[in-house]
Amino acid sequence: MDEPLLKVDQISQRFGGLLAVDSASFEVGAGSITALIGPNGAGKTTLFAIISGFQKPVQGHVHFAGQEITGRAPHELARLGLARTFQIVQPFVGLTVRENIAVGAYLRHRERAKALDAADDIARRLGLEKYADQPAGTLTVSARKRLELARALATSPRLLLLDEVMAGLNPSEVRDLLPTIRELRAQGATILLIEHVMQAVMNLSDRVHVLAEGKIIASGTPESVVDNEQVIEAYLGEGAASHYGKDGSTR
Amino acid sequence: MTEFLLDINGICAGYGGTEVLRNINMAVAPGEIIALLGSNGAGKSTLNRTISGLLRPRAGSILFDGRSIDRAMPSEIVELGLIHVPEGRKIFPNMTVVENLDLGSYRRAATRRAQNRERVFSTFPRLAERRLQNAGTLSGGEQQMLAIGRGLMAEPKLLILDEPSLGLSPRLVEDLFALISRIHAEGLAILLVEQNVMQSLMLAARAYILEQGEIVLSGLASELRDNPDLKRAYLGM
Repeated sequence: MDEPLLKVDQISQRFGGLLAVDSASFEVGAGSITALIGPNGAGKTTLFAIISGFQKPVQGHVHFAGQEITGRAPHELARLGLARTFQIVQPFVGLTVRENIAVGAYLRHRERAKALDAADDIARRLGLEKYADQPAGTLTVSARKRLELARALATSPRLLLLDEVMAGLNPSEVRDLLPTIRELRAQGATILLIEHVMQAVMNLSDRVHVLAEGKIIASGTPESVVDNEQVIEAYLGEGAASHYGKDGSTR
Repeated sequence: MTEFLLDINGICAGYGGTEVLRNINMAVAPGEIIALLGSNGAGKSTLNRTISGLLRPRAGSILFDGRSIDRAMPSEIVELGLIHVPEGRKIFPNMTVVENLDLGSYRRAATRRAQNRERVFSTFPRLAERRLQNAGTLSGGEQQMLAIGRGLMAEPKLLILDEPSLGLSPRLVEDLFALISRIHAEGLAILLVEQNVMQSLMLAARAYILEQGEIVLSGLASELRDNPDLKRAYLGM
């Protein structure tokens, strides 16, 4: 098997008396779309913050493309090719969409003209070209989510971490976003996503890791994790697993 | 004239450019116990906020006890007897148990305050033992009892319990659900909003499943328990 692009090894994080992440390990294969799911409060966002360098774990290691990156600053990780989006999007509202995307593109392009060209290219890929000259503050929620993706993509990442890019979208906007994310992967990015919109997760992902109460309780294909007893209990509450048969039918 | 205590028709609601609830229809009959279930981000809290008047719906109507409340102030809705026990309990930690309870009768049933307090204490003897203790020193389970007790002080016609099991151990959740069942058995209508699906379906008579802002399943709790679509609503397949 190929060396994974991202390897999370025995990561723990503690906030006072609360063990938010408890010795979590998982891998993200190069070229995959991998999902990190779990009920509310499972520790997904904390784990994301650790991988992307916004928090230092109390224990464990993160390896990216063969080198240890635990505790490295976000800007260093961006240079290495690891970018993330945020659940709460915060574009520069007074700058245009093109300029917002160019902020990310400056990482790889020193000249303004080249950064703006790169921004235009990314705006096209994400269906934002018609808004390119508009201030970001005028965008709809769904376009803001795409802009968030565009800014991360402008840093030319090898690994893109997507934090709930579908939250706040209506079902038809979610359907429109799915092919865009698949297209990013087709163009060479590896994607790790946190998502609550389960139909989208199951539809997009090659592999799914399930976090509950800080621990990874299951890893596998979408089909295998939804039949996993611990996963069913984590989502539907105690007593649920015994209620559902292995084939998903009820007992 | 409606036979329902709470009758929600075609409610749409959201924040800014984000549409959260789409065409919600839901009803609670007098004395009925209903579960509103759904995964994180499904829209449960937004629906609660809309029912309680903290958020104006963009479309649709809400009737409570035969009166339209979709344009009413939260305080007016409380005065009508629709009492919301909030998620996260929201008790006042630096006030005593008794003071917290008394605040529940600020807008309603104030004249029967002492009598209702004794009723709450007989339902929750633990609170009676700690009546002069600051609420912040109570355990998580006791704080949840206090939040429910404070709701009962207003003599509710409908009690909305928003995620009462949040943060409690499995054992305490069982105790809490037994208590809710007892309160309901005395004739009180309850809307139980929960992430704890199976236990809620054991307690409620009917349930509504909210997913991405829409009611995707509803019916008798006993039938929903055996419906494979329930798992699909939570796990996507």
